[in-house]
Amino acid sequence: MARISLDLAHSYRPNPQRDEDFALLPLKMTFEDGGAYALLGPSGCGKTTLLNTVSGLVTPSQGSVSYDGRDVTGLTPQQRNIAQVFQFPVIYDTMTVAENLAFPLRNRGVSPDRIKQRVGQIAEMLEMSDQLNMRAAGLAADAKQKISLGRGLVREDVSAVLFDEPLTVIDPHLKWQLRRKLKQIHHELKLTLIYVTHDQVEALTFADEIVVMTRGRAVQIGSASDLFERPRHTFVGNFIGSPGMNFLPARGTGTGIEIAGRTLAAPTPELAGLAEFTLGVRPEYVELAAENAPGAVPAVVTQVQDIGTYWLITAQAGSGANASAIRARLSPDERIPAVGAHVWLSIVDTHTCFYLNEELIA
Amino acid sequence: MKPVNQKAWLLILPVILCVAFSAIVPLMTVVNYSVQDIISPERRVFVGTEWFKWVMRDEDLQGALLRQIGFSLSVLIVEIPLGIALALSMPAKGWRSSAVLVTVAISLLIPWNVVGTIWQIYGRTDIGLLGATLAGLGFDYNYTGHSLDAWLTVLAMDVWHWTPLVALLCYAGLRAIPDAYYQAARIDGASKFAVFRFIQLPKLRGVLMIAVLLRFMDSFMIYTEPFVLTGGGPGNSTTFLSQYLTQKAVGQFDLGPAAAFSLIYFLIILLLCFVLYNWMQRVGTQDKSGAGHE
Repeated sequence: MARISLDLAHSYRPNPQRDEDFALLPLKMTFEDGGAYALLGPSGCGKTTLLNTVSGLVTPSQGSVSYDGRDVTGLTPQQRNIAQVFQFPVIYDTMTVAENLAFPLRNRGVSPDRIKQRVGQIAEMLEMSDQLNMRAAGLAADAKQKISLGRGLVREDVSAVLFDEPLTVIDPHLKWQLRRKLKQIHHELKLTLIYVTHDQVEALTFADEIVVMTRGRAVQIGSASDLFERPRHTFVGNFIGSPGMNFLPARGTGTGIEIAGRTLAAPTPELAGLAEFTLGVRPEYVELAAENAPGAVPAVVTQVQDIGTYWLITAQAGSGANASAIRARLSPDERIPAVGAHVWLSIVDTHTCFYLNEELIA
Repeated sequence: MKPVNQKAWLLILPVILCVAFSAIVPLMTVVNYSVQDIISPERRVFVGTEWFKWVMRDEDLQGALLRQIGFSLSVLIVEIPLGIALALSMPAKGWRSSAVLVTVAISLLIPWNVVGTIWQIYGRTDIGLLGATLAGLGFDYNYTGHSLDAWLTVLAMDVWHWTPLVALLCYAGLRAIPDAYYQAARIDGASKFAVFRFIQLPKLRGVLMIAVLLRFMDSFMIYTEPFVLTGGGPGNSTTFLSQYLTQKAVGQFDLGPAAAFSLIYFLIILLLCFVLYNWMQRVGTQDKSGAGHE
């Protein structure tokens, strides 16, 4: 187990010039010992590259990786003592399930008794005890992936266990079960776990700390509620939540702020002085308001959807160049306005965030 | 009830006709010859299984069969490991891999009789590089005079000619292994040998099966190269089955025994391929029985 610090950048090209040449832009990050982390971002954002620099499969083109302060940049995954589970099941075809699980231990010369004991424990945990003597090649994809997971967890002394979208091939029902298992293992063994995924639900339920990445950059590191309440970057606001945050263009008028053609009181004096910025508010915090209520803007409902446990309405505020869409989540108990209805929506309160050049300012 | 339409048989009629014309009817001609003594085009006598009995007792033929089996096994034992080793040491990408691929494939493009001629000259002690070198090193090498030298030269020639095929097949098989396997092996701390033993070799099963069957069948029917190089000699030390058969059928015009033997020949190849195929399909795929899992 180790505390992992990164201070690096990586490019797959020999002479990176522009930002686009980098798979990972310069970043500094620390994974605390025993933490459960998720790397979350869309495909191609660099999360797998980041994971591979941690494990040592990729050597960063600049900067360093250190474990507990010891520089391990030039070391192999084996020397770093890392366990990693990949997106698609990797099993050794000619071995039985038990031999597969024992393989990482056997390569390190662990005693046969100890191997037997560990393999037994892991098999028990993954509910594969009755399949130990079966040839691994003949099993279904999800059983194979469970073997891969098992091989990642079978060593107890690892610096960290890394997961690269390990549940992609697993049935949804089993996914929940395995995720809960991983969480349980984390509590029991106090291993450092880093989990790569593009599924926000998976990230939010699994990890204590989530690293949101986009275009080779880690834009925010925080807990699930941090990411939800105070997205530091408009990308996070958009990516986390379903649907994502509403963003409306706004400008300061000197004394207040103007949004969708209506002037509201400025939450902070600095905002009133800014020429142009963006207001962000989660659909969960947009509410129907009384006419001319403070912090509310008038809008015309354009779409009403029943999402099951709640209603999602989309309304258009302002007109012409000022027009912008606002989505609101309303509970079924409320009076749901019909399409075409004129409503007032409160958008400025304590949950509202303000962004300048995509970065959070207030 | 599913509707049954017997007219569908008409659709496979063209295939049946083609196969009959190109394979079944000629094969039946051979069967026909094998049970008759053809004395002249007008005179023939039905002899039943006489030729089969005769052929099976023929000691020359038994000798050729044993030589043939020994040769084919030697070919497999040398070419398969050598081909795998070659494929493993070939570069995986870049211009080097293309250059190596083309170089390796050159011998496959040479016609059989030319290969025989090349080696005939190559092995000569007066003007051939191989023969002269061996003679210069003090070996008493003479492929036209010594049985063992002749046999080894034919084997070397086949290895030279066909190992690249095994290497190319294995190379293709190796390139088809996803990177994740190698990454997982690095994470699991596998040694180079373990990577070969537990990842590369099992993943090569399919292509190796094709390589083994192809090399087995081809070497079992080898004709042109030894014919050009040694003519089956010295004595009959390099007379393999096909050459013996040709001598019988074309040289002595013993159509009956030749036909009987070619049927046996056919069955031997079929049987051995069947055994090889099943063995390779099965090896290393069974579940373990018993409670222990060591």
